[in-house]
Amino acid sequence: MLMTAPVDMEQTESSSSGAELVSEDRPWQTVVWNDPVNLMSYVTYVFQKLFGYSRDKATKLMLDVHHEGKAIVSSGSKEKMEGDVARLHAAGLWATMEHQS
Amino acid sequence: MKPWKRKGDKVHGDLDKQEAAVLRGLVSQIDDMLKARIEDTPQDELAELTGIRTGPTTSPDDPVLSRLLPDFHRLDDDNPSKEDLDSAAVLRSLHEPTLLDLKTGVAGVVLDTCPMYGGGVRLSLEQADAWLSALNDVRLALGTAIDISEDMPDELPDDDPRSPHLAVYHWLTWVQESLVQALADE
Repeated sequence: MLMTAPVDMEQTESSSSGAELVSEDRPWQTVVWNDPVNLMSYVTYVFQKLFGYSRDKATKLMLDVHHEGKAIVSSGSKEKMEGDVARLHAAGLWATMEHQS
Repeated sequence: MKPWKRKGDKVHGDLDKQEAAVLRGLVSQIDDMLKARIEDTPQDELAELTGIRTGPTTSPDDPVLSRLLPDFHRLDDDNPSKEDLDSAAVLRSLHEPTLLDLKTGVAGVVLDTCPMYGGGVRLSLEQADAWLSALNDVRLALGTAIDISEDMPDELPDDDPRSPHLAVYHWLTWVQESLVQALADE
């Protein structure tokens, strides 16, 4: 689901807004953070349901959240990550979005 | 309450009178809090004209409501960047009205389907998902209110004012866990 960087487009844009465009085009990612309330089984269920992930992949991400304190659950355009974070919030998970580092 | 059971595309449960009263009471409280947040947000003429609703730009002061309506970026660092603060304000204003609708919606499903004086509950899979979200919201609210942590003991000392609430919290955990298992059981 990674977005391929539109390098050519960036270079043909006018130079004055160049820096801003690069920042806008950098892919985003959705992060889910550990919290003491959400059930491991429920978090796995939500990842499967919202993202269509296999049970194995959903379980691995859930365990990352549990053990590492967070997991990157999706990445892509800013608009798509907004949608992912919004759906995770509706499910009650603690999710945020950030630029990919 | 006995464990939830899935039968084809229905999920069956059973709550006694007291369980139904506790659950309905807590879900109603969350529903009221969310609706108060909606009413606190005045809509201007432009919103009425365009039908595009905008929400508040800042997180609720109340920690329970704030946990139910999180920010889109991590802002709890010592020094969040202005870019993140501005972006979080815009995203909250844009998305919070829909989130509030969804959360009051799932609360409404529970209040419509949970018998007032207890008894059998028969849910479609869609309704069961609404129950899961609503149960989770109630646990988030209660968990925040009693300051739950990973290493919280099963029981608190009797003189701890949070003790009865923790018992309800554990019961809700069991109800939600059982419902996830029933739904994940294809």
